[in-house]
Amino acid sequence: MGDNVSTSDNPAPGPEETPPDAAASEKAASEGAAGAAAAAAPVKGTGRRGETLLEVEDLGKHFPVTQGIVFKRQVGAVKAVDGVSFSVRKGETLGLVGESGCGKTTTGRMIMRLLEPSFGKITFEGHDITHMSQRDMRPLRRDIQMIFQDPYSSLNPRQTVGSIVGAAFRLQGEQPRQGVRAAVQELLEMVGLSPEHYNRYPHEFSGGQRQRIGIARTLALRPKLIVADEPVSALDVSVQAQVVNLLEDLQDELDLTYVVIAHDLSVVRHISDRVAVMYLGKLVEIADRADLYERPMHPYTNALLSAVPIPDPSKREGRDRIRLQGDVPSPLDPPPACRFHTRCWKAQEICKQVEPPLQELSPGHMAACHFPENTTVSATDLVAKAAVAPGPAPGPADSPVGKD
Amino acid sequence: MARKNDKRDDEMRDGTSTAPAGPADSRPPSSFLEVRDLRIHFPTDDGLVKSVDGLSFQLERGKTLGIVGESGSGKSVTSLGILGLHNRRNARVSGEIWLDGQELVGASEEQVRRLRGRDMAMIFQDPLSSMHPFYTVGHQIIEAYRIHNDVTRKVARKHAIDMLGRVGIPRPDRRVDDYPHQFSGGMRQRAMIAMALSCDPELLIADEPTTALDVTVQAQILDLLRDLQREFNSAIIMITHDLGVVAELSDDILVMYGGRCVEYGTVDDVFHAPEHPYTWGLLGSMPRLDRERSERLLPIKGTPPSLINLPSGCAFNPRCAYAELNGGKSTEERPDLRDAAPGHRVACHLPAEKRRQIWNDEIAPKL
Amino acid sequence: MIRYIIRRLLVAVLLLAIISLVTFGIFFLLPKLAGQSTDDLAARYLGREVTPEGLAGVKAKLGLDDPFLVRYWEFVQGMFVGQEYKFGTSITECPAPCLGYSYRTNEPVFDLLLDRAPVTFSIALGAAVLWLLAGVTIGVISALKRGSVFDRASMSAALAGVSLPMFFTGLVSIWLICRQLKLLPTPRYHEFLDNPATWAQALILPWITLAFLYAAMYARLTRAGMLETMGEDYIRTARAKGLPERTVITRHGLRSALTPIITIFGLDIGLLLGGAVITETTFSFAGLGQLMLQGITRSDLPVALGVTMATGLFVIVANLVVDILYAVADPRVRLA
Repeated sequence: MGDNVSTSDNPAPGPEETPPDAAASEKAASEGAAGAAAAAAPVKGTGRRGETLLEVEDLGKHFPVTQGIVFKRQVGAVKAVDGVSFSVRKGETLGLVGESGCGKTTTGRMIMRLLEPSFGKITFEGHDITHMSQRDMRPLRRDIQMIFQDPYSSLNPRQTVGSIVGAAFRLQGEQPRQGVRAAVQELLEMVGLSPEHYNRYPHEFSGGQRQRIGIARTLALRPKLIVADEPVSALDVSVQAQVVNLLEDLQDELDLTYVVIAHDLSVVRHISDRVAVMYLGKLVEIADRADLYERPMHPYTNALLSAVPIPDPSKREGRDRIRLQGDVPSPLDPPPACRFHTRCWKAQEICKQVEPPLQELSPGHMAACHFPENTTVSATDLVAKAAVAPGPAPGPADSPVGKD
Repeated sequence: MARKNDKRDDEMRDGTSTAPAGPADSRPPSSFLEVRDLRIHFPTDDGLVKSVDGLSFQLERGKTLGIVGESGSGKSVTSLGILGLHNRRNARVSGEIWLDGQELVGASEEQVRRLRGRDMAMIFQDPLSSMHPFYTVGHQIIEAYRIHNDVTRKVARKHAIDMLGRVGIPRPDRRVDDYPHQFSGGMRQRAMIAMALSCDPELLIADEPTTALDVTVQAQILDLLRDLQREFNSAIIMITHDLGVVAELSDDILVMYGGRCVEYGTVDDVFHAPEHPYTWGLLGSMPRLDRERSERLLPIKGTPPSLINLPSGCAFNPRCAYAELNGGKSTEERPDLRDAAPGHRVACHLPAEKRRQIWNDEIAPKL
Repeated sequence: MIRYIIRRLLVAVLLLAIISLVTFGIFFLLPKLAGQSTDDLAARYLGREVTPEGLAGVKAKLGLDDPFLVRYWEFVQGMFVGQEYKFGTSITECPAPCLGYSYRTNEPVFDLLLDRAPVTFSIALGAAVLWLLAGVTIGVISALKRGSVFDRASMSAALAGVSLPMFFTGLVSIWLICRQLKLLPTPRYHEFLDNPATWAQALILPWITLAFLYAAMYARLTRAGMLETMGEDYIRTARAKGLPERTVITRHGLRSALTPIITIFGLDIGLLLGGAVITETTFSFAGLGQLMLQGITRSDLPVALGVTMATGLFVIVANLVVDILYAVADPRVRLA
């Protein structure tokens, strides 16, 4: 599926990458103009930051399910993530949304290499880190950091704030110029805490402050990529906004790249440049923020957006609601072909037989659906295309297009 | 409401002029549910925790009151207080709770127990931990039904299946014998609702009923609650931190902060003409899907206060961006809840015109 | 549920097989490691008149020179269908549950066990029932009346119980109750089938002695479990339904609080036998402990092996019962 990913939207390859082959260049030529035009708008900051920082291709994680007492035999697999592909450009924020069990957290953990991928490939700054050993990963660990959901359990209660935040220096064997203490205090200030908090313990802080400590810890080594797994969902509403603003400020200040995993669609819209929607281990739609929220193509995205309660009582009546029936099916035995067909109101026979590939339906906007909405591309076209769609990804070099 | 809104604040500070009738007045009210000057205090080693401190509101059948607040605002303590679920040994409950003409705070534990489940019921945030893992869903509904209805197991079981069907659980005759862990999250919350509604209570308290659920399932549950309310004509108290949920379901809204009500009014009042800086803060803190994306969120500074050590004066003053406009008043005096407009009450020292001006000029345009 | 029981049964049988194989292996290897030849073993069996013919005969009769697996197979066979020992022309028939003969007394090991096991198992089971009842009751009351005089007193007593060794409490109780106060005669074991009353009377002090230690532990465990359970969300739900407090405590609270107790009980069964052995020694009862000691000190391997098998069987069966109880209590286990 790699060839379907971020086609025209994708910037020039990084210096380490092999140059695109002939076929890709051709494709680039034909789509380049439109792609560049569409992609230029939503990227914030000082214009486009071209390079791809992180590339995920056909990534999957299957957890085996075993039975038996002495001899374990595998009776199935939980297909937590089943072939997702996307790329993250330097300086942007990619939002990963979906309901529980969609595989967004598993994806994040695989990027962090906290989980071993079952298949697929993760490329970070041109290095294939998919199966890199822990030792080889170590120098890269400083570049990829994670913010966790629960600020209560992710901080060691027996360590002072100073040693929690300073641990990163110790682990990487780095001596900051100004000394660890000063460096930590600088970090604390950066995340809106007071340097005097250095000798305090986590329990003396509120949830929001703890999350700031967690953020300070991840920032210690000046990472390039931060994977934030539900960074605000455990916090009070008024505090959520503080942390969201902090994350945005830090991004501008330190030129960070984020992958934000969250279930809250409003938060994701606020914080992300591009948004990927997952359902049952698959990517169903990925697009620029404005595009996705204003013109969602996949019915699931539509349903998700429609389900979000709107804090405006005057819009309570007359809202066009889509109500999905039932719950998300078990990832142990996901529906065949299009995984959403069991809950989809547009589903037809083909949805049960042919899996719709993730297709670029308008520049920079990809969806995996036979009958997408908000697009002029007709369903039949797509079906025809789907029928002749090539097999698995030829490689990453296939996709980069449209250098500007 | 008939309270004088003059400047004699010090006289009224303790009397919390929130109730339409004063605390001394204990005539049965005309409303279906009326809470007057409810105080729930917990003596602890660290001091007296005033989780709820002078709360008053009323609610009619078929209507929904949304209670909004952050952690530690006292919203959940209020709901447990209405049900009489606080241990009388370690909680001091005072004030009045009138449910359909019957006063509950002064009633015996046994009297209140008989009302629980039958006249007032509750659904909780986490349906998995709120159901006993060792009993089938059916058993737990049957148990709830049979405490208050003298029927055989067979009749009760039929009723349980019927209830499960009504809350939208497919094949209820088979699911009735399943255990809670065999249900999905959404189905579990439906079962929980079925259990709460099994005795056809007139008051349903829903404490963060959808917080643990996915957004599509949340939408289903909110729809279900709305439909069931129409069918049963129950009064619902919806306790949540999510303004979206409140806006979808409520008729009235009560905003709590530090154990007290800071703003109380109809859903239109509170969303379209909010008067309290805390309410403004809540509205500014949440990113919204129904508006243009704002460049920045407008958070409230600081964190929710600890109930043991509430700030003096207005509990919100350390976080309030407009506290200085009142001179030192905010830190010295606790503002009373007063009518800003008929039926719309707010506890703030800012003059009414000033509040309206701030809202119209500074806050509303940025949301 | 039935599938679960069958599964546990299969596991139990498998475990027994492994235990028998391992213990048999150990007892097979032990003499060799000690440098004893099979001749030495046979000589011990013969007693005073050691002749080469006699030695050969004994070795053939007991199959001492046979390879390990053959001997193990015969041992297993003996348990199920019995065994024949040929000594010259005489044939000794050892009927079905045959565990061999004592090298020393020449008695069938199974009969020895049959004689001794009831003493130990009576002490163990009786004490277990007593400590569960006492421990759980005290624990529940303490939890419900947390901070009360009862709570503090019983938890202090529990602390004492945990720290006093059995031989101390045992001897003190004999001295106090039997010698000084003369409330009970000095305990002597009686068969249950002869007279249950005298059986119980004889055992009451050993039971209390052994149960005191564990009841104390279980009271503390139950108290902690009960306190935790009563704070659970589903207890709040039960109250919100309007259930009377008594029902809330017993049907919702206790039910959950007891499940971990059952698990711990399963683990304690092994220790329980050890405790029973110390207790029977304290009270000078002739039980399995004494038999085991004799078997080991006199290198009477069949006896030691038999005792090990008997206790192993007891622990496995008891654990099976506990597992099934656990599944009855917690549906999540049996459906998993």
